[in-house]
Amino acid sequence: MWLVVWYMQMNLAVNGLSLTFAVSLVFVALIISFHEKIGLEKDMLISVGRAIVQLIIVGYLLKFIFQINHVWITLAMMLIIIFNAAANARKRASTLRHAFSISLIAILTSTGVTLGLLVLSGAIKFVPSQIIPITGMIASNSMVAIGLSYRSMLTQFKDQRQAVLERLALGASLKQASIAIVRESIKTGMSPTIDSAKTVGLVSLPGMMSGLIFAGVDPVKAIMYQILVTFMLLSATSLGSVIACYLAYHSFYNDREQLIDL
Amino acid sequence: MLQLETKGLNYSVDGQSILSDINIAIEQGSYNTIVGPSGSGKSTLLRLLADLLTPTSGEILLAGQSITDFKPTQYRQRVSYCFQQPTLFGESVGDNLVFPFEIRELPVDETLVKTQLARVGLADMPLTKKITTLSGGEKQRIALIRNLMFKPEILLLDEITTGLDEQTKAQVNGLITQLNQEDGITVLSITHDTQEQQRKGRQLQIVAGCLVHADESSR
Repeated sequence: MWLVVWYMQMNLAVNGLSLTFAVSLVFVALIISFHEKIGLEKDMLISVGRAIVQLIIVGYLLKFIFQINHVWITLAMMLIIIFNAAANARKRASTLRHAFSISLIAILTSTGVTLGLLVLSGAIKFVPSQIIPITGMIASNSMVAIGLSYRSMLTQFKDQRQAVLERLALGASLKQASIAIVRESIKTGMSPTIDSAKTVGLVSLPGMMSGLIFAGVDPVKAIMYQILVTFMLLSATSLGSVIACYLAYHSFYNDREQLIDL
Repeated sequence: MLQLETKGLNYSVDGQSILSDINIAIEQGSYNTIVGPSGSGKSTLLRLLADLLTPTSGEILLAGQSITDFKPTQYRQRVSYCFQQPTLFGESVGDNLVFPFEIRELPVDETLVKTQLARVGLADMPLTKKITTLSGGEKQRIALIRNLMFKPEILLLDEITTGLDEQTKAQVNGLITQLNQEDGITVLSITHDTQEQQRKGRQLQIVAGCLVHADESSR
């Protein structure tokens, strides 16, 4: 019996000592990078430093927000997450015009609709401890999907420039000239979510499910949450990609509906 | 009657002049060949006339009205540009020939499609044929009838017979002549082909971005 209690305690005990040991894992990655001349040492150190600082700040911030449990502060935190996600998605858009505002609209809508449905259906409650982590999950997946869609769109508008010009020359509207690229870009944006939905539980035990199992929740209950998360992410990435792609293709043309140089 | 006109047309990229002060007046139903050395700006001129590029300065008029007064889609359906090395899109021949109907939101007229295919000697071409299996000449002809499915008022041809064998070239040239003489479609054709250059009509010569010669004669 004492062994089980000890094991349970050890299971959830992340302390200074265990974090110090975890740092040694970073050294393994650093040594590999140095030895194989990959040249990622500086990036790795910066990313480790940023991860530590960001997570410490977020940890204390979340503790504060959960304690005061105020609607406006929760909403403000959600907006900060969405704003950051849009700024990050914009980086993938290279020279695409209006990329930040398009990303913001897409992430705000996809997150808002998905969260709204979850709250209205009673799946989650509008309390900061539930809303904020879920907002982060939705917004980050939407951000990744939109980023992939942008990259796909940029590549296709370059590779298929001639075909787009031919369609325009035939008198096609911007939508008719771009729709094949838009569809392919939406597909590219959504494919990681669809692939991970296909292999969930078989290849990976996703973060939320693993977290619940770590915390001692019955795995059967944990999978119910994971199913919810899977559906939620499918909805968010499809909405995000569709909105972003349908808004973004206009940026490849000028006011006279001519294809601009990329 | 004047149909297409340019007034002081200039086009430059990053400060480098490609075309300067082009003034041309194209009569309705006329046949115009555009000649000049490679890189002289002939294709750029056609792309400007096709509204695929915006001039740096100057004006293009269709039937006396500035092209900026037209919706780009409407203008491009009236003034149709055929590329030198066209790209077929989609997967099959049908995807390309159905597209002109799709953009006009009209039901596909299969008889018209078959008639157009026959006009360029491709009467037996199945619509399901994959575009990857077509020869260069077949691709060029399919691209041409894609532009001709709904008769444009003006046809802008950018060296469309380059690379075609003599028989196909004669067939395509015959079709263009027929469209010009029987259907009254105005033609502006860039060509290096001496036979085409010698045909009756007007010749515009462009050298280093300038119109150096506009001659109307029966050669």
